[in-house]
Amino acid sequence: MNKATRKAGAPYSFLAPALILFVLFLAAPIVYAAYLSLRRTKVTGLGLGAGSRHEVWAGLSNYARSLTDPDFLPSVLRVGAYGMIVVPTMLGVALLMALLLDAGRTRVGTFARTAIFLPYAVPAVVASLLWGFLYLPRVSPINDLLTGIGMTPPDLLSGSWVLYAVANIAVWGGTGFNMIVLYTALRAIPTDLFEAARLDGASDVQIAWRIKIPIVLPSLIMTFVFSLIATLQVFAEPMTLRPLTNTISTTWTPLMKVYRDAFIRNDIYAAAATSVVIALATFVLSFGFLKLVGNRAFNQED
Amino acid sequence: MKKTMLPLAGVLAAALMMTTACSGSDDNASSDSSAKPGEKVELTYWTWAPNMDKVVEGWNTAHPDIHVTVNKQDGGDPAVTKLLTAIKAGSGAPDVMQAEYQKIPTLVSANALADINKEAGSLKAKFPDSAWNAVTLGSEALYGVPQDSGPMMFYYRTDVFQKLGLEAPKTWDDYAAAARKIHTANKKQYLGTFSANDPGWFAGLSQQAGASWWGVNGDTWSVAINDPNTQKVATYWGGLVQEGVIDNKPMYTPEWNAALNDGTQVGWLSSVWGPGVLEGSAGNTKGKWKAALMPQWDAASPANGNWGGSATSVTTQSKHKAQAAQFIAWLNTDPAGIKALATQANVYPASVDSSAALTSPPAFLSDQTDFYSIAAESAKITKPFTYGPNVNVAYSSYNDAFGKAAQSKKATNFPAALATMQQTTVDDMKNTGFKVSG
Repeated sequence: MNKATRKAGAPYSFLAPALILFVLFLAAPIVYAAYLSLRRTKVTGLGLGAGSRHEVWAGLSNYARSLTDPDFLPSVLRVGAYGMIVVPTMLGVALLMALLLDAGRTRVGTFARTAIFLPYAVPAVVASLLWGFLYLPRVSPINDLLTGIGMTPPDLLSGSWVLYAVANIAVWGGTGFNMIVLYTALRAIPTDLFEAARLDGASDVQIAWRIKIPIVLPSLIMTFVFSLIATLQVFAEPMTLRPLTNTISTTWTPLMKVYRDAFIRNDIYAAAATSVVIALATFVLSFGFLKLVGNRAFNQED
Repeated sequence: MKKTMLPLAGVLAAALMMTTACSGSDDNASSDSSAKPGEKVELTYWTWAPNMDKVVEGWNTAHPDIHVTVNKQDGGDPAVTKLLTAIKAGSGAPDVMQAEYQKIPTLVSANALADINKEAGSLKAKFPDSAWNAVTLGSEALYGVPQDSGPMMFYYRTDVFQKLGLEAPKTWDDYAAAARKIHTANKKQYLGTFSANDPGWFAGLSQQAGASWWGVNGDTWSVAINDPNTQKVATYWGGLVQEGVIDNKPMYTPEWNAALNDGTQVGWLSSVWGPGVLEGSAGNTKGKWKAALMPQWDAASPANGNWGGSATSVTTQSKHKAQAAQFIAWLNTDPAGIKALATQANVYPASVDSSAALTSPPAFLSDQTDFYSIAAESAKITKPFTYGPNVNVAYSSYNDAFGKAAQSKKATNFPAALATMQQTTVDDMKNTGFKVSG
């Protein structure tokens, strides 16, 4: 091996660990899932005993079944409605908190920051269990309180409330993370901009609206994309709450349908087809949005 | 189009050959290679019943040639998932496995359970027909030996019944009347709940009414979930839920536990293992409960269903099927095995000879000395029931369809939910390639 080829090979050897891990744990499973989505089992006879089950090519029939499943469209629409509640609420609250903390009005800055961030450190399953207890009328201290002051508390897991009940857990858990991202972006703004604005007679609200928010816009876009992806993948919260109520079905969200098909119905082929559809939808939505906002995301320096 | 697909198809075909090569290699390895005389045989045993290691100790001391090691599992569902993965991988399965009756067709369909008809000998007379049917699937094969059974029983609060002058309901009409009386006397109290979360519970109630959701005829399966017997059960519960005298919330939630404990739920249609659950969730009400036979559709010819229960099976990967079958027969039919199952593992043995081992009532109902004679009667009148190869599909369909029906509190939605269940189950079987009638 001469010097030139060794030089040319150097970058690849540095890239190799990342590439190998990417191929082994991301690319290969995706390819395998795509392969599985084109297969199905075929049973002969009663399907009992050895050799009665074979894997055969299924063409696109898994996709057809997945997309025409009467439960699929409602679960997609449900996640859409869920996203409409979660994303604006979560980002709105996160931005407001970040601005308040940054404005220096809160004396308890560090404490408040930690307190708002803390729920993000609670795993979604644990959070859902905690909130589940708070939602169930008989074990909820909130209910006791409301009944105590003469109000009739609503059944938060009933049909008309359950979407908000699940959304609430996501907002509670996700606000802190987004707040920290936005707050960090706010702290990076040079303070002379504010001093100049203040000398010109701008109020705090005007400074926030005309200086801070436009400057942290790339961070807002980034948190929006992350929240969008998290919304499409909502799973742990409704999955944990499901046994507590009649109103959450096993196909309440698209990912729950994937789980049901793969691990309850033992039909990994249908699950793979739905997974591929969800992956494509996530890809299209997030990249479509990034395309839409153009260069404003991620590269504020340009 | 066809041409561009070719290279991809080639890669996929190569991948396919690799996977089939892996899974096909164990065909000969799984055939029986019996141990030579005097050679010690090691068996592994997956189970989730409590204290099973102590039960097995009795076998190990008496049989130095066949040593069984217990490998404790988390429960029925995770153990099945693990076993199916091991079967697919070609190695890693235990010799002996505890298998719930409802999972046996699924496991047999995945070629996970061995037929031990030859090895086990004639044990048929030692078990009630319903349990035997569950391990033979109505065929000549034997996919396990019944271990424990879960005949359904009714539990109720004697203090509440006495106050209202009620007796333990003999028929379902009595049960409905008692539910009305209790709810009228105290708007917060219910005699029970219709749980859309417990398909096994509903299957047991249907079994009692005479249903058998699957059936085999030659090489064709039949599905009879939406049969007149189950319709009768669904309509009955739909009526009670619509009337509002029975609750519509699922069981096994913190809400339900609290309701049992604070006297809001004053009855439970459960199974022989019910006292253990009540002890955990309704500890404050100890001494106020009593067990009774299930309410009947026809008091003249009493019947019952099962909720829970499992068999002990040999897996297809076991290399010592004869010895494994010998151990299983001891565990479930030998007086010493049955006694250990009943007293140490706290299960209700499926064997017809179990009464000798069951002398004192469960701790939660320590005053009810006739508990096990009621249980024996409940087990004796249990009707046969055949589970199919896609029980999980039917059960998850139950969750969704009856969840909606229970939430709506409309009686007409209950039979409709049953039709959905039937349709989903048949569609899935047809899609997998089973021959299905009905």
